Amino acid sequence: MNQHFSSAGATLPPGDVAPAGDVVRIVDLKRRFGRTPAVDGVSLTVRKGEILGIIGRSGAGKSTLIRCLNGLERPDAGQIFVEGREITGLSERDLQPLRRRIGMIFQHFNLLSAKTVEDNVALPLKIEGRSKAERLARAAELLDLVGLADKTKAYPASLSGGQKQRVGIARALAARPALLLSDEATSALDPETTRSILSLLKDINQKLGLTILLITHEMEVIRTIADRIAVLDAGRIIEEGPVWSVFADPQSEVTRSLLGGIRPQLPAAIAGRFARSGREAILRIDIAGEAARRPLLQELAAAVPGRYRLVHGGIDHIQGEPVGTLFLGAATPAGRLAEVVDFLNARGARVEVLGHVTDDV
Amino acid sequence: MSPMMFELLLRSLWETVLMTAASGLISLIFGLPLGLALVATDRGGIAEQLWLNRILGGIVNGFRSVPFIILLVALIPLTRLIVGTSIGTWAAIVPLAIAATPYYARIAEVSLREVDRGLIEAVRAMGGGRWAIIREVLVPEALPGIVAGFTVTLVTLVGASAMAGAIGAGGLGDLAIRYGYQRFETAVMVAVVIVLIVLVCGIQWVGDRLVTRLDRRG
Repeated sequence: MNQHFSSAGATLPPGDVAPAGDVVRIVDLKRRFGRTPAVDGVSLTVRKGEILGIIGRSGAGKSTLIRCLNGLERPDAGQIFVEGREITGLSERDLQPLRRRIGMIFQHFNLLSAKTVEDNVALPLKIEGRSKAERLARAAELLDLVGLADKTKAYPASLSGGQKQRVGIARALAARPALLLSDEATSALDPETTRSILSLLKDINQKLGLTILLITHEMEVIRTIADRIAVLDAGRIIEEGPVWSVFADPQSEVTRSLLGGIRPQLPAAIAGRFARSGREAILRIDIAGEAARRPLLQELAAAVPGRYRLVHGGIDHIQGEPVGTLFLGAATPAGRLAEVVDFLNARGARVEVLGHVTDDV
Repeated sequence: MSPMMFELLLRSLWETVLMTAASGLISLIFGLPLGLALVATDRGGIAEQLWLNRILGGIVNGFRSVPFIILLVALIPLTRLIVGTSIGTWAAIVPLAIAATPYYARIAEVSLREVDRGLIEAVRAMGGGRWAIIREVLVPEALPGIVAGFTVTLVTLVGASAMAGAIGAGGLGDLAIRYGYQRFETAVMVAVVIVLIVLVCGIQWVGDRLVTRLDRRG
Protein backbone atom coordinates (compact mmCIF):
# COMPACT_ATOMS: atom_id res chain seq x y z
CA MET A 1 0.00 0.00 0.00
CA ASN A 2 1.46 3.27 -1.03
CA GLN A 3 0.76 6.16 1.23
CA HIS A 4 0.95 9.78 0.32
CA PHE A 5 0.61 12.24 3.09
CA SER A 6 0.45 15.94 2.80
CA SER A 7 2.12 18.15 5.29
CA ALA A 8 0.10 18.55 8.46
CA GLY A 9 0.69 22.26 8.30
CA ALA A 10 3.41 22.16 10.90
CA THR A 11 5.12 25.48 10.98
CA LEU A 12 7.73 24.73 13.60
CA PRO A 13 11.17 23.93 12.29
CA PRO A 14 11.83 20.28 13.03
CA GLY A 15 12.95 19.56 16.55
CA ASP A 16 13.33 23.21 17.29
CA VAL A 17 10.89 24.14 20.01
CA ALA A 18 11.53 27.38 21.80
CA PRO A 19 13.11 26.50 25.14
CA ALA A 20 10.83 28.88 27.01
CA GLY A 21 10.76 26.51 29.96
CA ASP A 22 9.50 23.08 30.82
CA VAL A 23 5.88 22.63 31.72
CA VAL A 24 6.46 19.13 33.02
CA ARG A 25 9.62 17.44 34.19
CA ILE A 26 9.52 13.79 35.16
CA VAL A 27 12.49 12.24 36.92
CA ASP A 28 12.93 8.49 37.19
CA LEU A 29 9.24 7.79 37.73
CA LYS A 30 8.21 4.34 38.91
CA ARG A 31 4.84 2.76 39.49
CA ARG A 32 4.09 -0.91 39.87
CA PHE A 33 0.87 -2.85 40.24
CA GLY A 34 1.52 -5.85 42.40
CA ARG A 35 4.76 -7.24 41.05
CA THR A 36 4.38 -5.86 37.52
CA PRO A 37 6.01 -2.51 36.89
CA ALA A 38 3.72 -0.29 34.80
CA VAL A 39 6.10 2.65 34.70
CA ASP A 40 9.68 1.63 35.24
CA GLY A 41 12.00 4.60 35.54
CA VAL A 42 10.70 7.22 33.11
CA SER A 43 12.43 10.57 32.81
CA LEU A 44 10.88 13.05 30.43
CA THR A 45 10.30 16.74 29.95
CA VAL A 46 7.44 18.47 28.20
CA ARG A 47 8.43 21.86 26.86
CA LYS A 48 6.21 24.88 26.83
CA GLY A 49 4.10 25.10 23.70
CA GLU A 50 5.00 21.75 22.23
CA ILE A 51 2.89 18.71 21.43
CA LEU A 52 4.61 15.66 22.83
CA GLY A 53 3.22 12.33 21.73
CA ILE A 54 3.87 9.23 23.77
CA ILE A 55 3.24 6.06 21.87
CA GLY A 56 3.30 2.46 22.96
CA ARG A 57 1.43 -0.79 22.63
CA SER A 58 -1.37 -1.62 25.04
CA GLY A 59 0.06 -2.34 28.45
CA ALA A 60 3.21 -0.29 27.83
CA GLY A 61 2.35 1.97 30.76
CA LYS A 62 1.07 5.00 28.83
CA SER A 63 -2.12 5.47 30.82
CA THR A 64 -0.39 5.05 34.15
CA LEU A 65 2.25 7.58 33.14
CA ILE A 66 -0.21 10.24 31.99
CA ARG A 67 -2.40 9.72 35.05
CA CYS A 68 0.58 10.30 37.33
CA LEU A 69 0.88 13.82 35.92
CA ASN A 70 -2.33 15.04 37.53
CA GLY A 71 -2.16 12.78 40.52
CA LEU A 72 -4.96 10.43 39.48
CA GLU A 73 -2.30 7.77 39.93
CA ARG A 74 0.29 7.83 42.70
CA PRO A 75 3.84 6.94 41.70
CA ASP A 76 5.91 4.66 43.93
CA ALA A 77 9.13 6.53 43.30
CA GLY A 78 10.51 9.43 41.31
CA GLN A 79 9.53 13.05 40.97
CA ILE A 80 7.17 15.04 38.82
CA PHE A 81 7.43 18.81 38.49
CA VAL A 82 4.55 20.71 36.94
CA GLU A 83 5.43 24.32 36.15
CA GLY A 84 8.43 23.93 38.41
CA ARG A 85 6.46 22.68 41.38
CA GLU A 86 6.89 19.16 42.67
CA ILE A 87 3.58 17.36 42.83
CA THR A 88 4.62 13.93 44.02
CA GLY A 89 3.63 13.46 47.61
CA LEU A 90 0.96 16.16 47.57
CA SER A 91 -2.26 15.32 49.37
CA GLU A 92 -5.50 14.93 47.42
CA ARG A 93 -6.58 18.34 48.67
CA ASP A 94 -3.33 20.02 47.60
CA LEU A 95 -3.57 18.36 44.21
CA GLN A 96 -6.94 19.96 43.50
CA PRO A 97 -5.72 23.48 42.62
CA LEU A 98 -2.92 21.94 40.57
CA ARG A 99 -5.36 19.84 38.56
CA ARG A 100 -7.12 23.02 37.55
CA ARG A 101 -3.91 23.95 35.71
CA ILE A 102 -4.09 20.69 33.76
CA GLY A 103 -6.92 19.86 31.38
CA MET A 104 -7.60 16.29 30.40
CA ILE A 105 -9.51 14.63 27.59
CA PHE A 106 -10.45 10.97 27.50
CA GLN A 107 -10.96 8.14 25.05
CA HIS A 108 -14.59 7.75 26.07
CA PHE A 109 -15.14 11.51 26.49
CA ASN A 110 -16.48 11.15 30.05
CA LEU A 111 -19.17 13.78 29.65
CA LEU A 112 -21.85 13.99 32.31
CA SER A 113 -25.05 12.71 30.73
CA ALA A 114 -27.31 14.61 33.10
CA LYS A 115 -25.84 18.00 32.20
CA THR A 116 -26.23 20.04 29.04
CA VAL A 117 -23.22 20.63 26.81
CA GLU A 118 -22.89 24.12 28.25
CA ASP A 119 -23.00 22.89 31.86
CA ASN A 120 -20.43 20.20 31.06
CA VAL A 121 -18.05 22.81 29.69
CA ALA A 122 -18.70 25.15 32.60
CA LEU A 123 -18.20 22.46 35.25
CA PRO A 124 -14.48 23.07 35.92
CA LEU A 125 -15.34 26.71 36.60
CA LYS A 126 -18.21 25.74 38.88
CA ILE A 127 -15.78 23.61 40.85
CA GLU A 128 -13.43 26.57 40.96
CA GLY A 129 -16.27 28.62 42.45
CA ARG A 130 -16.80 31.11 39.60
CA SER A 131 -20.07 32.95 39.18
CA LYS A 132 -22.73 31.55 36.92
CA ALA A 133 -22.55 34.47 34.49
CA GLU A 134 -18.80 34.06 34.15
CA ARG A 135 -19.14 30.28 33.65
CA LEU A 136 -21.72 30.57 30.94
CA ALA A 137 -19.82 33.31 29.12
CA ARG A 138 -16.67 31.17 29.11
CA ALA A 139 -18.62 28.09 27.99
CA ALA A 140 -20.13 30.02 25.08
CA GLU A 141 -16.69 31.27 24.07
CA LEU A 142 -15.21 27.76 24.15
CA LEU A 143 -18.11 26.10 22.36
CA ASP A 144 -17.62 28.69 19.66
CA LEU A 145 -13.92 27.79 19.50
CA VAL A 146 -14.66 24.09 19.03
CA GLY A 147 -17.45 24.77 16.54
CA LEU A 148 -20.43 23.72 18.65
CA ALA A 149 -22.03 27.07 19.34
CA ASP A 150 -25.40 25.65 18.27
CA LYS A 151 -25.30 22.73 20.71
CA THR A 152 -25.18 24.73 23.94
CA LYS A 153 -28.41 23.38 25.37
CA ALA A 154 -28.14 19.87 23.95
CA TYR A 155 -27.43 16.82 26.09
CA PRO A 156 -24.34 14.71 25.31
CA ALA A 157 -26.43 11.68 24.33
CA SER A 158 -27.66 13.53 21.24
CA LEU A 159 -24.13 14.25 19.98
CA SER A 160 -21.89 12.22 17.68
CA GLY A 161 -18.55 10.88 18.93
CA GLY A 162 -16.62 13.72 17.33
CA GLN A 163 -18.95 16.32 18.81
CA LYS A 164 -18.63 14.71 22.24
CA GLN A 165 -14.86 14.96 22.05
CA ARG A 166 -15.15 18.60 21.01
CA VAL A 167 -17.20 19.20 24.15
CA GLY A 168 -14.52 17.29 26.08
CA ILE A 169 -11.85 19.59 24.65
CA ALA A 170 -13.88 22.71 25.43
CA ARG A 171 -14.37 21.47 28.99
CA ALA A 172 -10.67 20.73 29.37
CA LEU A 173 -9.85 24.29 28.29
CA ALA A 174 -12.44 25.98 30.50
CA ALA A 175 -10.13 26.75 33.41
CA ARG A 176 -7.35 28.02 31.08
CA PRO A 177 -4.92 25.20 31.79
CA ALA A 178 -1.18 25.33 31.20
CA LEU A 179 -1.15 21.76 29.96
CA LEU A 180 -3.59 19.51 28.17
CA LEU A 181 -3.39 15.76 28.70
CA SER A 182 -4.95 13.62 26.01
CA ASP A 183 -5.58 10.01 26.96
CA GLU A 184 -6.22 8.17 23.66
CA ALA A 185 -8.62 10.97 22.74
CA THR A 186 -9.19 9.78 19.20
CA SER A 187 -9.03 6.01 19.70
CA ALA A 188 -12.82 5.64 19.79
CA LEU A 189 -13.36 7.77 16.68
CA ASP A 190 -13.45 6.94 12.98
CA PRO A 191 -10.53 8.12 10.81
CA GLU A 192 -12.29 11.17 9.43
CA THR A 193 -13.45 12.37 12.84
CA THR A 194 -9.99 11.62 14.20
CA ARG A 195 -8.49 13.97 11.62
CA SER A 196 -10.90 16.76 12.51
CA ILE A 197 -10.24 16.38 16.24
CA LEU A 198 -6.49 16.32 15.66
CA SER A 199 -6.61 19.44 13.56
CA LEU A 200 -8.64 21.12 16.29
CA LEU A 201 -5.98 20.19 18.84
CA LYS A 202 -3.22 21.47 16.56
CA ASP A 203 -5.18 24.65 16.08
CA ILE A 204 -5.56 25.16 19.80
CA ASN A 205 -1.89 24.42 20.32
CA GLN A 206 -0.96 27.13 17.82
CA LYS A 207 -3.64 29.71 18.64
CA LEU A 208 -3.41 29.49 22.40
CA GLY A 209 0.15 28.23 22.69
CA LEU A 210 -1.19 25.39 24.80
CA THR A 211 1.22 22.60 25.66
CA ILE A 212 -0.22 19.17 24.87
CA LEU A 213 0.90 15.78 26.08
CA LEU A 214 -0.91 13.00 24.31
CA ILE A 215 -0.74 9.27 24.56
CA THR A 216 -1.84 7.02 21.77
CA HIS A 217 -1.21 3.67 20.20
CA GLU A 218 -1.71 5.10 16.73
CA MET A 219 1.36 6.37 14.89
CA GLU A 220 -0.92 8.32 12.58
CA VAL A 221 -1.94 10.55 15.49
CA ILE A 222 1.69 11.30 16.29
CA ARG A 223 2.50 11.89 12.63
CA THR A 224 -0.34 14.34 12.23
CA ILE A 225 0.16 16.65 15.19
CA ALA A 226 3.09 15.86 17.44
CA ASP A 227 6.34 17.82 17.49
CA ARG A 228 8.20 15.27 19.52
CA ILE A 229 7.67 11.59 20.10
CA ALA A 230 8.58 9.32 22.99
CA VAL A 231 8.20 5.58 22.55
CA LEU A 232 7.20 3.72 25.68
CA ASP A 233 7.71 0.02 26.02
CA ALA A 234 7.38 -2.09 29.16
CA GLY A 235 7.31 1.07 31.26
CA ARG A 236 10.48 2.57 29.81
CA ILE A 237 11.14 5.22 27.22
CA ILE A 238 13.12 3.46 24.55
CA GLU A 239 13.26 6.21 21.99
CA GLU A 240 12.64 9.93 21.96
CA GLY A 241 13.12 12.77 19.53
CA PRO A 242 11.56 15.07 16.92
CA VAL A 243 8.86 13.14 15.09
CA TRP A 244 10.41 13.44 11.65
CA SER A 245 13.79 12.15 12.76
CA VAL A 246 12.37 9.18 14.66
CA PHE A 247 10.20 8.37 11.66
CA ALA A 248 13.18 8.66 9.34
CA ASP A 249 15.51 6.58 11.43
CA PRO A 250 13.79 4.49 14.11
CA GLN A 251 16.35 2.95 16.44
CA SER A 252 14.37 0.27 18.19
CA GLU A 253 12.47 -2.76 16.98
CA VAL A 254 9.34 -1.62 18.83
CA THR A 255 9.37 1.75 17.09
CA ARG A 256 9.88 0.10 13.73
CA SER A 257 6.99 -2.22 14.40
CA LEU A 258 4.72 0.65 15.52
CA LEU A 259 5.72 2.52 12.36
CA GLY A 260 4.95 -0.55 10.29
CA GLY A 261 1.40 0.46 9.57
CA ILE A 262 2.23 3.97 8.50
CA ARG A 263 5.55 3.69 6.63
CA PRO A 264 5.73 1.95 3.25
CA GLN A 265 6.54 -1.74 3.50
CA LEU A 266 7.83 -4.09 0.82
CA PRO A 267 4.74 -5.50 -0.88
CA ALA A 268 4.28 -9.22 -0.33
CA ALA A 269 3.94 -9.69 -4.09
CA ILE A 270 7.56 -8.66 -4.52
CA ALA A 271 8.91 -10.36 -1.42
CA GLY A 272 7.32 -13.58 -2.62
CA ARG A 273 9.37 -13.56 -5.79
CA PHE A 274 12.79 -13.15 -4.27
CA ALA A 275 15.27 -15.63 -5.67
CA ARG A 276 18.82 -16.42 -4.57
CA SER A 277 20.12 -14.52 -7.54
CA GLY A 278 18.55 -12.44 -10.25
CA ARG A 279 19.42 -9.63 -12.55
CA GLU A 280 17.58 -7.00 -10.57
CA ALA A 281 18.29 -6.17 -6.93
CA ILE A 282 15.51 -4.77 -4.75
CA LEU A 283 16.82 -2.07 -2.40
CA ARG A 284 15.14 -0.35 0.46
CA ILE A 285 16.27 3.25 0.70
CA ASP A 286 15.42 5.43 3.70
CA ILE A 287 16.07 9.10 3.21
CA ALA A 288 15.12 12.20 5.13
CA GLY A 289 15.91 15.88 5.33
CA GLU A 290 18.48 17.25 2.86
CA ALA A 291 19.08 13.90 1.18
CA ALA A 292 15.42 13.63 0.28
CA ARG A 293 15.43 17.01 -1.43
CA ARG A 294 18.12 16.07 -3.96
CA PRO A 295 17.50 14.53 -7.39
CA LEU A 296 18.91 11.35 -5.95
CA LEU A 297 17.89 8.86 -8.61
CA GLN A 298 19.17 11.00 -11.44
CA GLU A 299 22.50 11.40 -9.66
CA LEU A 300 22.63 7.67 -9.03
CA ALA A 301 22.02 6.86 -12.69
CA ALA A 302 24.79 9.26 -13.69
CA ALA A 303 27.27 7.80 -11.21
CA VAL A 304 26.61 4.10 -11.72
CA PRO A 305 25.08 3.19 -15.07
CA GLY A 306 22.17 0.81 -14.84
CA ARG A 307 18.46 0.45 -15.09
CA TYR A 308 16.72 1.89 -12.05
CA ARG A 309 13.06 1.89 -11.32
CA LEU A 310 10.88 2.63 -8.33
CA VAL A 311 8.79 -0.38 -7.39
CA HIS A 312 7.15 0.99 -4.26
CA GLY A 313 7.31 3.69 -1.62
CA GLY A 314 7.11 7.42 -1.44
CA ILE A 315 8.10 10.58 0.34
CA ASP A 316 6.07 11.81 3.25
CA HIS A 317 6.30 15.26 4.81
CA ILE A 318 6.44 15.30 8.57
CA GLN A 319 6.73 18.62 10.36
CA GLY A 320 7.62 20.01 6.95
CA GLU A 321 10.57 17.65 6.54
CA PRO A 322 10.65 15.09 3.76
CA VAL A 323 10.88 11.54 5.11
CA GLY A 324 10.97 8.87 2.47
CA THR A 325 11.12 5.14 2.11
CA LEU A 326 11.74 3.99 -1.45
CA PHE A 327 11.92 0.49 -2.84
CA LEU A 328 14.20 0.57 -5.83
CA GLY A 329 14.72 -2.04 -8.47
CA ALA A 330 18.36 -1.77 -9.59
CA ALA A 331 19.61 -3.76 -12.60
CA THR A 332 23.32 -3.00 -12.70
CA PRO A 333 26.31 -4.54 -14.48
CA ALA A 334 27.71 -7.50 -12.55
CA GLY A 335 29.63 -6.55 -9.41
CA ARG A 336 28.57 -2.92 -9.37
CA LEU A 337 25.73 -3.19 -6.85
CA ALA A 338 28.15 -2.36 -4.04
CA GLU A 339 28.91 0.93 -5.80
CA VAL A 340 25.21 1.76 -5.82
CA VAL A 341 25.01 1.15 -2.11
CA ASP A 342 28.12 3.19 -1.42
CA PHE A 343 26.87 6.05 -3.57
CA LEU A 344 23.54 6.21 -1.76
CA ASN A 345 25.16 5.94 1.64
CA ALA A 346 27.44 8.80 0.75
CA ARG A 347 24.34 10.87 -0.08
CA GLY A 348 22.98 10.31 3.40
CA ALA A 349 20.54 7.50 2.64
CA ARG A 350 20.27 4.24 4.52
CA VAL A 351 20.28 1.34 2.09
CA GLU A 352 19.41 -2.29 2.53
CA VAL A 353 19.58 -4.89 -0.24
CA LEU A 354 16.47 -6.92 0.34
CA GLY A 355 16.87 -9.55 -2.38
CA HIS A 356 16.90 -10.23 -6.07
CA VAL A 357 14.24 -10.89 -8.62
CA THR A 358 14.76 -12.50 -11.99
CA ASP A 359 12.19 -10.61 -13.99
CA ASP A 360 10.10 -7.49 -13.61
CA VAL A 361 7.57 -7.61 -10.83
CA MET B 1 -71.60 -0.40 50.34
CA SER B 2 -72.98 1.86 53.03
CA PRO B 3 -71.95 5.53 53.29
CA MET B 4 -70.30 4.68 56.61
CA MET B 5 -68.28 2.01 54.90
CA PHE B 6 -67.31 4.45 52.16
CA GLU B 7 -66.15 6.94 54.74
CA LEU B 8 -64.13 4.22 56.44
CA LEU B 9 -62.54 3.35 53.13
CA LEU B 10 -61.56 6.97 52.52
CA ARG B 11 -60.10 7.28 56.00
CA SER B 12 -58.14 4.07 55.54
CA LEU B 13 -56.84 5.32 52.21
CA TRP B 14 -55.68 8.53 53.88
CA GLU B 15 -53.95 6.52 56.62
CA THR B 16 -52.17 4.36 54.09
CA VAL B 17 -51.11 7.36 52.05
CA LEU B 18 -49.90 9.13 55.17
CA MET B 19 -47.90 6.14 56.41
CA THR B 20 -46.41 5.51 52.97
CA ALA B 21 -45.56 9.13 52.27
CA ALA B 22 -44.10 9.92 55.67
CA SER B 23 -42.01 6.76 56.02
CA GLY B 24 -41.04 7.01 52.34
CA LEU B 25 -39.81 10.55 52.82
CA ILE B 26 -37.81 9.56 55.88
CA SER B 27 -36.30 6.59 54.07
CA LEU B 28 -35.28 8.93 51.24
CA ILE B 29 -33.69 11.43 53.61
CA PHE B 30 -31.69 8.78 55.46
CA GLY B 31 -31.45 6.02 52.88
CA LEU B 32 -29.87 8.05 50.09
CA PRO B 33 -26.96 9.30 52.22
CA LEU B 34 -26.60 5.77 53.61
CA GLY B 35 -26.46 4.40 50.06
CA LEU B 36 -23.89 7.06 49.17
CA ALA B 37 -21.87 6.11 52.24
CA LEU B 38 -21.97 2.44 51.27
CA VAL B 39 -20.59 3.26 47.81
CA ALA B 40 -18.10 5.89 48.93
CA THR B 41 -16.53 3.85 51.72
CA ASP B 42 -16.23 0.66 49.70
CA ARG B 43 -12.98 -0.50 48.10
CA GLY B 44 -11.97 1.97 45.39
CA GLY B 45 -14.65 4.43 46.53
CA ILE B 46 -14.13 8.16 46.89
CA ALA B 47 -13.78 7.88 50.68
CA GLU B 48 -12.54 4.33 51.11
CA GLN B 49 -12.99 3.21 54.73
CA LEU B 50 -13.41 -0.52 54.67
CA TRP B 51 -14.12 -0.97 58.38
CA LEU B 52 -16.87 1.66 58.22
CA ASN B 53 -18.22 0.04 55.08
CA ARG B 54 -18.45 -3.33 56.85
CA ILE B 55 -20.19 -1.83 59.88
CA LEU B 56 -22.72 0.05 57.74
CA GLY B 57 -23.28 -3.00 55.56
CA GLY B 58 -23.78 -5.14 58.65
CA ILE B 59 -26.34 -2.78 60.14
CA VAL B 60 -28.22 -2.58 56.85
CA ASN B 61 -28.26 -6.36 56.48
CA GLY B 62 -29.30 -6.79 60.10
CA PHE B 63 -32.35 -4.59 59.73
CA ARG B 64 -33.24 -6.05 56.38
CA SER B 65 -33.20 -9.62 57.69
CA VAL B 66 -35.70 -8.98 60.49
CA PRO B 67 -39.28 -9.70 59.34
CA PHE B 68 -41.29 -6.50 59.37
CA ILE B 69 -43.95 -7.80 61.77
CA ILE B 70 -41.19 -8.56 64.32
CA LEU B 71 -39.59 -5.14 63.79
CA LEU B 72 -42.97 -3.54 64.34
CA VAL B 73 -43.20 -5.06 67.80
CA ALA B 74 -39.52 -4.89 68.69
CA LEU B 75 -39.36 -1.17 67.98
CA ILE B 76 -42.28 -0.31 70.29
CA PRO B 77 -40.03 1.24 72.98
CA LEU B 78 -38.28 3.42 70.39
CA THR B 79 -41.60 4.39 68.83
CA ARG B 80 -42.94 5.41 72.23
CA LEU B 81 -39.82 7.49 72.78
CA ILE B 82 -40.17 9.33 69.47
CA VAL B 83 -43.94 9.65 68.95
CA GLY B 84 -45.08 9.41 72.55
CA THR B 85 -47.37 6.48 71.84
CA SER B 86 -46.92 2.99 70.46
CA ILE B 87 -50.28 2.73 68.71
CA GLY B 88 -51.91 4.53 65.82
CA THR B 89 -50.92 5.74 62.36
CA TRP B 90 -48.10 8.01 63.50
CA ALA B 91 -46.66 5.25 65.64
CA ALA B 92 -46.53 2.96 62.62
CA ILE B 93 -44.45 5.45 60.68
CA VAL B 94 -41.41 4.84 62.91
CA PRO B 95 -40.98 1.10 62.22
CA LEU B 96 -42.01 1.56 58.58
CA ALA B 97 -39.34 4.23 58.10
CA ILE B 98 -36.74 2.16 59.92
CA ALA B 99 -37.49 -0.85 57.75
CA ALA B 100 -37.60 1.17 54.53
CA THR B 101 -34.38 3.12 55.09
CA PRO B 102 -31.91 0.21 54.73
CA TYR B 103 -34.07 -1.22 51.94
CA TYR B 104 -33.90 2.01 50.01
CA ALA B 105 -30.22 2.47 50.86
CA ARG B 106 -29.42 -0.80 49.06
CA ILE B 107 -31.49 0.17 46.03
CA ALA B 108 -29.82 3.59 45.85
CA GLU B 109 -26.44 1.91 46.32
CA VAL B 110 -26.97 -0.21 43.21
CA SER B 111 -27.80 2.86 41.10
CA LEU B 112 -24.86 4.82 42.47
CA ARG B 113 -22.49 1.95 41.79
CA GLU B 114 -23.49 1.91 38.15
CA VAL B 115 -22.22 5.44 37.57
CA ASP B 116 -19.31 5.23 35.13
CA ARG B 117 -16.03 5.51 37.02
CA GLY B 118 -14.66 7.53 34.11
CA LEU B 119 -17.02 10.37 35.03
CA ILE B 120 -15.72 10.43 38.59
CA GLU B 121 -12.20 10.45 37.21
CA ALA B 122 -13.04 13.34 34.88
CA VAL B 123 -14.28 15.46 37.77
CA ARG B 124 -11.26 14.53 39.89
CA ALA B 125 -9.05 15.51 36.96
CA MET B 126 -10.65 18.95 36.84
CA GLY B 127 -9.86 19.49 40.50
CA GLY B 128 -13.13 18.39 42.05
CA GLY B 129 -13.22 17.01 45.57
CA ARG B 130 -15.55 14.43 47.11
CA TRP B 131 -18.37 16.86 47.53
CA ALA B 132 -18.18 17.90 43.88
CA ILE B 133 -18.15 14.25 42.87
CA ILE B 134 -21.27 13.54 44.91
CA ARG B 135 -23.13 16.65 43.83
CA GLU B 136 -22.08 16.86 40.20
CA VAL B 137 -21.58 13.22 39.27
CA LEU B 138 -22.92 10.52 41.56
CA VAL B 139 -26.35 11.90 42.42
CA PRO B 140 -27.26 13.53 39.08
CA GLU B 141 -25.99 10.60 37.01
CA ALA B 142 -27.73 8.03 39.21
CA LEU B 143 -30.90 10.12 39.56
CA PRO B 144 -33.09 8.06 37.21
CA GLY B 145 -32.19 4.93 39.20
CA ILE B 146 -32.57 6.74 42.50
CA VAL B 147 -36.08 7.85 41.53
CA ALA B 148 -37.03 4.45 40.11
CA GLY B 149 -35.76 2.84 43.34
CA PHE B 150 -37.78 5.26 45.40
CA THR B 151 -40.89 4.26 43.47
CA VAL B 152 -40.20 0.61 44.28
CA THR B 153 -39.73 1.55 47.93
CA LEU B 154 -43.06 3.41 48.06
CA VAL B 155 -44.91 0.46 46.55
CA THR B 156 -43.26 -1.87 49.07
CA LEU B 157 -44.30 0.50 51.84
CA VAL B 158 -47.93 0.39 50.68
CA GLY B 159 -47.76 -3.39 51.19
CA ALA B 160 -45.89 -3.22 54.49
CA SER B 161 -48.33 -0.67 55.90
CA ALA B 162 -51.03 -3.38 55.82
CA MET B 163 -49.16 -5.09 58.66
CA ALA B 164 -49.16 -1.90 60.67
CA GLY B 165 -52.78 -2.69 61.51
CA ALA B 166 -51.28 -4.96 64.17
CA ILE B 167 -50.44 -1.88 66.21
CA GLY B 168 -53.70 -0.09 65.49
CA ALA B 169 -52.38 2.07 62.70
CA GLY B 170 -55.39 1.56 60.48
CA GLY B 171 -54.92 1.82 56.76
CA LEU B 172 -56.31 -0.10 53.80
CA GLY B 173 -54.71 -3.43 54.70
CA ASP B 174 -56.16 -3.27 58.17
CA LEU B 175 -59.59 -2.49 56.75
CA ALA B 176 -59.39 -5.46 54.42
CA ILE B 177 -58.42 -7.81 57.23
CA ARG B 178 -60.97 -6.62 59.79
CA TYR B 179 -64.00 -6.18 57.53
CA GLY B 180 -63.30 -8.11 54.38
CA TYR B 181 -61.62 -11.15 55.93
CA GLN B 182 -62.81 -11.42 59.52
CA ARG B 183 -66.41 -10.29 58.86
CA PHE B 184 -66.75 -11.87 55.41
CA GLU B 185 -67.69 -8.58 53.75
CA THR B 186 -66.51 -9.41 50.26
CA ALA B 187 -67.57 -6.03 48.88
CA VAL B 188 -65.17 -4.27 51.26
CA MET B 189 -62.38 -6.65 50.39
CA VAL B 190 -62.86 -6.06 46.67
CA ALA B 191 -63.12 -2.31 47.16
CA VAL B 192 -59.88 -2.25 49.17
CA VAL B 193 -58.05 -4.33 46.60
CA ILE B 194 -59.23 -2.03 43.79
CA VAL B 195 -58.15 1.07 45.71
CA LEU B 196 -54.76 -0.51 46.43
CA ILE B 197 -54.27 -1.40 42.77
CA VAL B 198 -55.13 2.15 41.70
CA LEU B 199 -52.81 3.55 44.38
CA VAL B 200 -49.89 1.35 43.39
CA CYS B 201 -50.43 1.98 39.68
CA GLY B 202 -50.58 5.71 40.36
CA ILE B 203 -47.31 5.70 42.28
CA GLN B 204 -45.64 3.63 39.59
CA TRP B 205 -46.96 5.83 36.80
CA VAL B 206 -45.72 9.03 38.40
CA GLY B 207 -42.36 7.38 39.15
CA ASP B 208 -41.95 6.11 35.59
CA ARG B 209 -42.84 9.47 34.10
CA LEU B 210 -40.32 11.18 36.34
CA VAL B 211 -37.59 8.70 35.40
CA THR B 212 -38.25 9.20 31.68
CA ARG B 213 -38.03 12.91 32.11
CA LEU B 214 -34.81 12.72 34.14
CA ASP B 215 -33.01 10.19 31.99
CA ARG B 216 -30.76 12.02 29.52
CA ARG B 217 -28.65 9.01 28.66
CA GLY B 218 -30.44 8.74 25.33
